[in-house]
Amino acid sequence: MSKLQQSLDAGHFTFTGEVGPPKGVDLTHVIEGAEAMKDKVAAINVTDIQTAVMRLGSLAVSAKLVERGMEPVFQMVCRDRNRLALQSDLLSAAVFGIENVLSITGDHIVKGDHREAKPVYDLDSVQLLKAMTTLEGGADMGKDFKGRPNKLEGAPKFFKGCVVTPCADFVEPQILKLEKKVAAGAQFCQTQAVYDPAAFETFMNEVRRRNITIPIMVGIVVVKGLGMAKYMNENVPGVVVPEAMMKELSETPKESAKAKAVEISARLIRAMKPMCQGAHIMPLGWDSLVPKIVDASA
Amino acid sequence: MIIQKQKSLEEILKSLEGVQKVFLAGCADCATACKVGGTEELVEMKARLEAAGKTVTGTAVFDTACQQGAVRMKARENEAALAAADDIVCFACGTGSQTLQETLEKRTHPGAESMFVGQVHRLGKYSEKCATCGKCVLDRYEGICPVTRCAKGLLNGPCGGYKNGKCEVDPEKDCAWVLIYKEMEKRGKLDKMRKFEPAKDQSARHTPRAYVWPKRTPPPSQGAKS
Repeated sequence: MSKLQQSLDAGHFTFTGEVGPPKGVDLTHVIEGAEAMKDKVAAINVTDIQTAVMRLGSLAVSAKLVERGMEPVFQMVCRDRNRLALQSDLLSAAVFGIENVLSITGDHIVKGDHREAKPVYDLDSVQLLKAMTTLEGGADMGKDFKGRPNKLEGAPKFFKGCVVTPCADFVEPQILKLEKKVAAGAQFCQTQAVYDPAAFETFMNEVRRRNITIPIMVGIVVVKGLGMAKYMNENVPGVVVPEAMMKELSETPKESAKAKAVEISARLIRAMKPMCQGAHIMPLGWDSLVPKIVDASA
Repeated sequence: MIIQKQKSLEEILKSLEGVQKVFLAGCADCATACKVGGTEELVEMKARLEAAGKTVTGTAVFDTACQQGAVRMKARENEAALAAADDIVCFACGTGSQTLQETLEKRTHPGAESMFVGQVHRLGKYSEKCATCGKCVLDRYEGICPVTRCAKGLLNGPCGGYKNGKCEVDPEKDCAWVLIYKEMEKRGKLDKMRKFEPAKDQSARHTPRAYVWPKRTPPPSQGAKS
């Protein structure tokens, strides 16, 4: 059982961090980033060709973390691989000792740096969770010539995660889809960035009213400054930085940006701690801040 | 219909490098409706190609360019002009171009881009509603196709990328899933949002697709095995 699963099962408020693989093969920074946070988090997400910008793969970096005794959350987006490749990479992940996997739809190709590429989306994030569950049951999604499920030689075991956008401007379809994700096998959930604890509370109340009982880890995107906050408000659906926080950021001198980022992140976590089971901290490169945020949110 | 736009003259001339005499073909169906390959467009294109130094041996609007029978018939009326041409330039969809080339055994250059199968809101405004996936799902989604109208073709609900009911890919486009949800809500069918939709059978989209009636008549109730 993964450390992440153990921690959530035990009812501890659990932290995860996140690193982004480089565009290239130099692992120095990504490993440094992971090393910087590993002692304060149960597991470290490894993003999968994030925002459709071509990079080193999530599977490879996740395997490298395992090799170094760290625990990854292998993120899988549905954008770039069909069901053959997704299932194959899941088996590969299991062989590398990767247990935590996170099913994500994936930002569209128009958001990235290869806008002429062909989007795949052969499976959606719910079907990918179902595929994971099917693999765990010793079969794959295909059928033999008699129409029977194909049997695996050795079945993998995963701790299966999903995502949700709690502050979407129209949240009901998000909750319905979350229910489907749980039914398809999701065992934990990491959310899109939340900056408004009151909105998150409304969301969590609805989630619990619907008997969605899997652990939910609130998403904390470390806000690096006013520019980034503005950008998110304008360009990232479902992410809302409230006016008061915008003001706070506008009054922060550049040299205090990191201290402010820690302060805001920790404040958000403290406010939402009673509502959920953990926090997923996305430092977007400010990896060394993760331990400070964890400590400050105690 | 097949929504199309003309290729630029530059692209057409590049394709025609080394070709002097051409026959211009249009189509009375979609290409005419999209103002790509009707009578007017062929007259205009004839003048532009001639100004660029080409010899146009004749023009004809086929009815329709994707039907081999119609192509043969129109070709008979234009036998001399077709024979005088080195190649054909087709101002219709890619099916039209290839039908002409195959049927008339004459190299046919594309004069248009076939963009999508679309709805005509009015002349000059078109949108895609059906991706011809071969396994219609409209029954499950209250008549709104997520395969085509969701940028990611998601079958089990929206991603997190909608804002004000619009898609992350293009704020001008509606999020299909917000439309589907609202339609289900209006009709008291929200239970359908909860139903797990398994991975789509994509085999009906494996190209090149072909369809042949087993007995020269449509199969009973169209219930043929696909």
